[in-house]
Amino acid sequence: MATMTYRQALRDTLRAEMLRDGDVFLIGEEIGLFEGSYKITEGLLEEFGERRVRDTPIAEEGFVGTAIGAAMLGLRPVVELMTINFSLLALDQIVNHAAKIYGMFGGQSSVPMVIRTPGGGGQQLGATHSQNVELFYSFIPGLKVVAPSTPAEASAMLKAAIRDDDPVLFLENLSLYNTKGEVPAIEDVEPAEIGRAAVTRPGTDITIIGYSRMARVAMEVAETLAAEGVSAEVVDLRSLRPLDRRTVVESVRKTGSAVVAEDDWLTYGIGAEIAATIQEGAFDWLDAPVRRVAMAEVPLPYAKSLETAALPSAGSLLAAVRDTLRATGRGPGTTPAPPRPLEPAS
Amino acid sequence: MAETAQSTGRAAPGRNRGKPGAPRPRSTASSPRSTAPSKTAASDRPARPAADAETLVGYYRRMLLIRRFEERAARAYTEAKIGGYCHLNLGEEATVVGLMAALRPTDYLFTNYRDHGYAIAKGIGADRVMAELYGRSDGVSKGWGGSMHLFDAETRMLGGYGIVGGQVPLATGAALAVAYKGGDEVVMCQMGDGTAAIGAFHESLNIAALWDLPVVFVIVNNGLGMGTTVEKSSAEPELYRRGAAYRMESARVDGTDVVAVRDAARTAVERARTERRPYLLETTSPRLKGHSVVDPARYRSKEEKEALKAADPLARMALELEEAGILSLDERDRLDAEVRAEIDAAAAFADASPEPDVSTLFDYTYATPVPGELRRLPADPVFGS
Repeated sequence: MATMTYRQALRDTLRAEMLRDGDVFLIGEEIGLFEGSYKITEGLLEEFGERRVRDTPIAEEGFVGTAIGAAMLGLRPVVELMTINFSLLALDQIVNHAAKIYGMFGGQSSVPMVIRTPGGGGQQLGATHSQNVELFYSFIPGLKVVAPSTPAEASAMLKAAIRDDDPVLFLENLSLYNTKGEVPAIEDVEPAEIGRAAVTRPGTDITIIGYSRMARVAMEVAETLAAEGVSAEVVDLRSLRPLDRRTVVESVRKTGSAVVAEDDWLTYGIGAEIAATIQEGAFDWLDAPVRRVAMAEVPLPYAKSLETAALPSAGSLLAAVRDTLRATGRGPGTTPAPPRPLEPAS
Repeated sequence: MAETAQSTGRAAPGRNRGKPGAPRPRSTASSPRSTAPSKTAASDRPARPAADAETLVGYYRRMLLIRRFEERAARAYTEAKIGGYCHLNLGEEATVVGLMAALRPTDYLFTNYRDHGYAIAKGIGADRVMAELYGRSDGVSKGWGGSMHLFDAETRMLGGYGIVGGQVPLATGAALAVAYKGGDEVVMCQMGDGTAAIGAFHESLNIAALWDLPVVFVIVNNGLGMGTTVEKSSAEPELYRRGAAYRMESARVDGTDVVAVRDAARTAVERARTERRPYLLETTSPRLKGHSVVDPARYRSKEEKEALKAADPLARMALELEEAGILSLDERDRLDAEVRAEIDAAAAFADASPEPDVSTLFDYTYATPVPGELRRLPADPVFGS
């Protein structure tokens, strides 16, 4: 075990996979000479050369499609999209091609590729550079979408994604790159199983569900609650498609309530799918409505005060959890909350 | 031989060649973007024979097979045996056969949705193509693709694609894979004239030229993107000249002349194979009918429709072969009977092939199986009741 950053875990895993399999190559903007906008590919051009670390023109549709075509012939491209916002320029290739080719041709050609891309706000990058649109891809059968929240998981998930025969959108997060965690020697990291959520902290009073950055925030919040005598269970979704509904439902059947923390907008968001899943699978076990903590429904502003207010945080998650605990009457020293009116909050 | 206009990109000749055999665009004569037609088709045609008799008859037979296949597909569509969209290669037969004659069996092909003829000419049996149109389990894509999405790994027909321009980056990527592995295969990427306006086309040509990829981009210019003329959709209606923007060698050829197409394609393919340089080839051919089988093409004038008959590459080749003493009327009739029997058999095969079983509905979502994949039909609950 070594302590390393999420960034380092990604970089070392890419290198290990390139050493392991000569068909794995990297393709994207500024990943070679510039070593990646977020330095995930540091040193890889120097080590592997231009054949395997391929800088592209600024042409997302073109180079994502190029990677798909290369994957059809058996290579294993790992695409870096500078941020998930830019993936919108490649939407046709990802949704109409990568996701369709295996099924549309009756299973004759798989598309073994990975698209790595960070989402996330909180960096004062303004409305077009701060979105979390993983939902678009999570909606599409044929794609797999994973969102690891720790360095060890990032390594295990990246190995799994590269070795998987389907197109995998690998969601990173700007605010996670510098976070640290224990990681086994990279060559010893076991590939994760795509499609499995994890109970990252067991508990009995309430379930907090998150992924990527919010899974990490959920752990902080659970820690705070523990100090207050509340036992919160944390479920890290890890995979948005396929979605591990069973783990979510089993947890809520145990705790009787749930708060979903997501880094995207609430309306039609990932949390909506989780909430629907819970009511379908744990209706009779629920002691309170499922609560969602999500971004304010605005294009994310630049000004720090506005941006901070719009983004979910440990504070907002904690508040929602306390609300829910009050509604269930299960938290220590809580009394059931009064009935709430049905009008939307204003 | 082929009426080509070479453009090496660095020094485009700037000659304004016409499109013999192609339908005259409906643009006004005063339009600064009109493609000025040059000499008449007949005077431009090379002297026959340009290939030996057996080869020519072989090409003719393949063209005839595609013609009869498409006619049968149109009929089957009206009989509701074929669903969805159905785009035919009627008028494109010389282009299809000429292009495929320039490829080796190991070369890869990507096309747009007007793909029936290409699939057959690449080597897939007409029966399996027809079965796909019928949505049957013996179809080339097992009934999952339909008319627009024919695919056969064995013959390296890597797909018809329904989204305009979608196949262009894919073909570029296939060429990247060939180069990566050090192979000598070539990737051919067919597309329509409308594709020349889409971003994916430009991004792909740029990438292919930057990285020296062995890919031949072929624009099949039939003068119309659905009902919109090339002149109305492209500021440079001589589409092959787009190659110059990427320093890519390019040429235009009369797409109604099978030998000319083959020779132009051979030049392009050899450039890609031996010099690892991409190439942009434009072929001009008429679209004899509507955009798809349900389109009566009311946007075309009576005169235009009349002119199309003269541009029919199959009729013209039949006449030329007859005049050259290569294929008599009797021999032609015999060929036609043979081809019709083949098409009848293909249709019978398609008819007899079973529809895919509903139990296979979830077989092709993922190549690597995953836990927790939701396999439910519309009325099923998410969790077992």
